Amino acid sequence: MNYFLTEEQQMIRDLARKIAEEKVAPRAAEFDEAEEFPWDLIKILAEAGLFGVWVPEEYGGLGGGVFEQCLVVEELSRACGAVAVSYAASALGGFPILLFGTDEQKRKYMPDIASGARLAAFALTEPDAGSDASNIRTTATRDGDYYILNGTKQWITSGGEAEIYTVIATVDPSRGARGMTAFVVEKGTPGFEFGKKEKKMGIRASATRELIFQDCRVPAANLLDREGKGFIVAMRTFDRTRPGVAAQAVGIAQGALDRAARYATERVQFGKRIAEFQAIEHMIADMATQVEAARALVYATARMIDAGERDFSKEASMAKVFASDVAMRVTTDAVQVFGGYGYMRDYPVEKMMRDAKITQIYEGTNQIQRSIIGSAVIKQAIRRASSTP
Amino acid sequence: MQGMNVAVLIKQVPETTDVKINRETNTLMREGVASIINPFDMYAIEEALRIREQHGGKVTVITMGPPQAEEALRQALALGADEAVLLSDRAFAGADTLATSYTLAKAIEKLGGFDLVICGKQAADGDTAQVGPEVAENLDLPHVTYVRKIEELSLGSPDSDGGGSAGAPGFIRVQRMTEEGYEVIESPLPALITVVKEINEPRMPSIKGMLRAKKAAITLWTARDLGVDASRVGLAGSPTRVIRVFTPEQRRRGEIIEGATVQEKVRTLVAKLKETHLV
Repeated sequence: MNYFLTEEQQMIRDLARKIAEEKVAPRAAEFDEAEEFPWDLIKILAEAGLFGVWVPEEYGGLGGGVFEQCLVVEELSRACGAVAVSYAASALGGFPILLFGTDEQKRKYMPDIASGARLAAFALTEPDAGSDASNIRTTATRDGDYYILNGTKQWITSGGEAEIYTVIATVDPSRGARGMTAFVVEKGTPGFEFGKKEKKMGIRASATRELIFQDCRVPAANLLDREGKGFIVAMRTFDRTRPGVAAQAVGIAQGALDRAARYATERVQFGKRIAEFQAIEHMIADMATQVEAARALVYATARMIDAGERDFSKEASMAKVFASDVAMRVTTDAVQVFGGYGYMRDYPVEKMMRDAKITQIYEGTNQIQRSIIGSAVIKQAIRRASSTP
Repeated sequence: MQGMNVAVLIKQVPETTDVKINRETNTLMREGVASIINPFDMYAIEEALRIREQHGGKVTVITMGPPQAEEALRQALALGADEAVLLSDRAFAGADTLATSYTLAKAIEKLGGFDLVICGKQAADGDTAQVGPEVAENLDLPHVTYVRKIEELSLGSPDSDGGGSAGAPGFIRVQRMTEEGYEVIESPLPALITVVKEINEPRMPSIKGMLRAKKAAITLWTARDLGVDASRVGLAGSPTRVIRVFTPEQRRRGEIIEGATVQEKVRTLVAKLKETHLV
């Protein structure tokens, strides 16, 4: 489908695709096997200027938005979901600063995030605070010009590799969501250490690690917005990054579809290429249709956000839930088209199936997304019912 | 001027290794195939950019070709080249390597010369590997082909006291790839080298570079601008006639001469050389 990208958007997409095909795809299996953070590929993406596509020009970026970020994530995901999330996580860590930071905070951190000189990461999840984000136990206690952080964050993407962390702690656990407060914490701050590195099912080249804060003194100047605003910081950030997870899902699904369609034209059984069997042909038709529908929703959502729409939580969740479910189905079907070969690690589709699964889970499980969508739709219905007597 | 003034000669080629040949004229058919910078020239561009990063200076990219070769120059600008020159004129069409190298050399002269000229080892379509050395001959420059590494590069120092005593001359020392290994060759500057893919790993363009390249001005020179001798450019200046295109058979066979002592081996070798009338 032609989405009528601007010349600059085409340029961004084509460059991301070139890097994905020439540099990422040949090494995807190697990084997956080694569970090694893909630093050389991150450097290539940084030199290409892709970390800054969503950052305003005044902070050293290209001045694009969520849509441009999605284009890059999608192209990288066609080659490797783990490289894509390692790229995307920096935007997840950077968006809170861009959205809620003071001009001084933005000047301090955004140029390095835009250039890729330093990676950013976002730390909210804890062992007992997953979907129930307001149940966090990491505390921030004011002490003069500092806040003292204590607690452990879990499953932090790019943990240990990133240098700039947006950390959500609570200034008062009894206040739930209203106690949550966001801080920027730099790697190397005394009292900030890294714990266990997780071994995962998919996106294995990405780093997923514990952050441990023990009497970590963070300057009060690193507080984002104000005390009690952390939940809003997190939710407004997710509204902008969930389309990115959706784009990751679209990319993984497209990559699996590309390979399955090609394999179907090469594999011969019963004296025919398997693409000539209607059973396979229709599977490929359904895969392609779902991928295109998912892409259309993701692009429409991203463009709506960039155009300045004020409330887009529902659409961001719809894009994320739909695209990730599509990715799971399409990658599973791609393995099916490959048959026994698809199950083998010598072929790329089993990795795509493993990588797809996380898109249904992180940045809010698909169950949480459905709750967001459902509550928005029902609220709207109640409003309509009460306004018409 | 401070730093190293480097020119890179590039060619736009079809994006395929499966080039079709017009059987009537025995020339390459370019229609309907996407064009790219000759892959070997990508190493030449990369090396020039690295020299600039290390020594300062300027990188100028030059190509001769149809108007659409401008696209190849913009790609080079996106990678970081400073200036680009397109030599394009109907009079240049149908040029063989002799006419091409004459035309390129005229452009280099018009630009005032360079400390170093870098070419890819050969074009992926024509595969002749002749243009680089022929440009050097036209300019009366020393050249080294198949360079796999620049060991040392020095612009030299100018006559510092102004009293006519010579400063240190500029030079380049390179490793030239051979079938068995490499030769180390040192040449005074200015010089021309052609490079092989072992020399570096070309970088990716950047978005900012691409945006800059899109707006950059490209110098366009015609036959008149260059003041070329019309009988030496294009088809008119091309004595090459392609009779047949084929892959030659590898005839060379190595032979290891056995013998108990060095003296014995030498005797056998000399006998063989006499036998084949090589000495």
